[in-house]
Amino acid sequence: MAHGPQPGFKRWLYTTNHKDIGSMYLWFSFAMFLLGGCMALVIRAELFEPGLQIVQPEFFNQMTTMHGLIMVFGAVMPAFVGLANWMIPMMVGAPDMALPRMNNWSFWILPFAFTMLASTLFMDGGAPNFGWTFYAPLSTEYAPPSVTFFIFAIHIMGASSIMGAINIIATILNMRAPGMTLMKMPLFVWTWLITAYLLIAVMPVLAGVVTMMLMDIHFGTSFFSAAGGGDPVLFQHVFWFFGHPEVYIMILPAFGIVSAIIPTFARKPLFGYSSMVYATASIAFLSFIVWAHHMFTVGMPIAGELFFMYATMLIAVPTGVKVFNWITTMFRGSMTFETPMLFSIAFVILFTLGGFSGLMLAIAPADFQYHDTYFVVAHFHYVLVPGAIFSITAGVYYWLPKWTGNMYNETMGKVHFWLAFIGLNVTFFPMHFVGLAGMPRRIPDYALQFADFNQIASMGAFLFGAAQIVFLFNVVRTVQGGKKASDEVWDNPEGLEWTVPSPAPYHTFSTPPSVR
Amino acid sequence: MRLNENAIVATKLLALAAGMLLFALFVMPPLYDAFCEITGLNGKTGEKYEAVPAAVDTDRLVKVQFVASNNENMPWGFKPSVATMKVHPGEAMDTVFLASNPTGRDMVGQAIPSLVPFETAQYFHKTECFCFNQQTLEAGESAELPLRFIVDPDLPPGVNTITLSYTLFDVTERFSSNSDNKNTDPEREG
Repeated sequence: MAHGPQPGFKRWLYTTNHKDIGSMYLWFSFAMFLLGGCMALVIRAELFEPGLQIVQPEFFNQMTTMHGLIMVFGAVMPAFVGLANWMIPMMVGAPDMALPRMNNWSFWILPFAFTMLASTLFMDGGAPNFGWTFYAPLSTEYAPPSVTFFIFAIHIMGASSIMGAINIIATILNMRAPGMTLMKMPLFVWTWLITAYLLIAVMPVLAGVVTMMLMDIHFGTSFFSAAGGGDPVLFQHVFWFFGHPEVYIMILPAFGIVSAIIPTFARKPLFGYSSMVYATASIAFLSFIVWAHHMFTVGMPIAGELFFMYATMLIAVPTGVKVFNWITTMFRGSMTFETPMLFSIAFVILFTLGGFSGLMLAIAPADFQYHDTYFVVAHFHYVLVPGAIFSITAGVYYWLPKWTGNMYNETMGKVHFWLAFIGLNVTFFPMHFVGLAGMPRRIPDYALQFADFNQIASMGAFLFGAAQIVFLFNVVRTVQGGKKASDEVWDNPEGLEWTVPSPAPYHTFSTPPSVR
Repeated sequence: MRLNENAIVATKLLALAAGMLLFALFVMPPLYDAFCEITGLNGKTGEKYEAVPAAVDTDRLVKVQFVASNNENMPWGFKPSVATMKVHPGEAMDTVFLASNPTGRDMVGQAIPSLVPFETAQYFHKTECFCFNQQTLEAGESAELPLRFIVDPDLPPGVNTITLSYTLFDVTERFSSNSDNKNTDPEREG
């Protein structure tokens, strides 16, 4: 099978090559990132001043809902799957993914799912407007008719994620080069192995909860309807049983990426490799027993509040181990600050900050004040933007020379980093203050005293958006040409991916490498 | 050989995914209901209670408050005949709620009870309640909806007030087609 790709568009439609599919995932997620970002800018433009200026409340609600759904399911998750497709076979010395045809399928159903989701914007009654958490009965009895399209879009995304996860596990378990034991795998592979198990465990629960919604809406059941003997709070339990592992699905691969980048630019091996593996596994386990910390205010008995509070705080222990290991890796290293390293250091600092506000939210008695305020918005954007988005960006800059054979423009990369870093903090830091002062989330209008901080946040959001244009331009220029990258690209980086030529040939490791 | 190994792993993982789907659809809701029933977590009161002869604790008086409210868009008039009752634990008490359908069409309503504090849910027994059935009221019709309850003598000592709240839902669309087998004469029960 030593032939190249098919010519023209068919190459992308029929491809079973992990590199092609990885690239398609990454471009798709970037397109979704821009779409979700534009919706965020609509939200921030409306919130620039109190009162209603640009959009009506109904449309504002559709924007917050679609922004969340598109960023979670369209931008972050496919980007990580794209990186997994590109890097995992090259990191474990495999010629391709274990199930290449399923790989093609799991990518190609995604554009249909998101076309369906986005098309709801043009339907009667508008797009889903019940928030990305789609709590019943907002999403059942009071939902716009387009909710059915939303449900089927979620089903398709779930199927895609499950197939992607199965493929990744099969690749990691069966296709490693001889000599690569589990505890010799790069940390990115380890974190993805655990993430894939999380996906298989909870994406069906998401499919289940939207199926129950579908039955309640169209087939007369009463899972979530109190009138028929059901309970809306059941929705929240099932949703967050999916939702909490889901937030770790969006962060564990990020841990893997920065664990690859920081040692390279600190020129020291990663500190505490095995403790990193065990910490990742502990976080994954704990993610299943903390879900109700999202719903402290529903009226739980005190024993429940205490259990979920302590279990949540326990997560800080393995996470602290990881942060300690990254810092210790950098300690006394001969560090240089290329763009991937800048994004990784920002990841460590800002993710820790987001973790601290998470600890504040975990304190059940205090959470009653923070619940459903902008403090929550500040918290999860501090963990998701520097956590997921910065690590994906760092990974793209780190591996782009290997993918394209060309070096990206370092100056432009640094400009991108500083614009994004400043934009992010200007956007989300003031949200802590307005949240503590009592501004609720998901409202198009607000009390006058919040105006100043909201103006600052809106300006930061547009700066952050502008930074992504620099990123797009830099990536496109690097794909087109530029200074040739060496095979190693960086200064003595670790990993099998740096032993293949740059750009990585269409087929790599047709004969498995030997791992010492 | 390798293809075969991949197929085995994929099949196992697919089975795991299918298992989790079934778990979410068929295990989680009943589990939640059972959990709530045992703990009284969501304030839901139990099913119909068969009265057992028990000594009435005449030394103790517990205040029971009644609250009636309509769910959104429910046009019926709905209120308790008395707002509070002082009861001795162990004593069977009767009261009625008043419902009227002021609209020009026949409607079906369903009342959903909720108890505060919810730790008392297992100590509040209803031997007769209009909430066990859907209630049908013809256009312009009024009815007295009966409730007979017993506060358990084992009620924890700290509790002095129990609030029983009913929310009335309009279930006309959901149940009008098969209302023949439902309780169509609410007063018959009293």
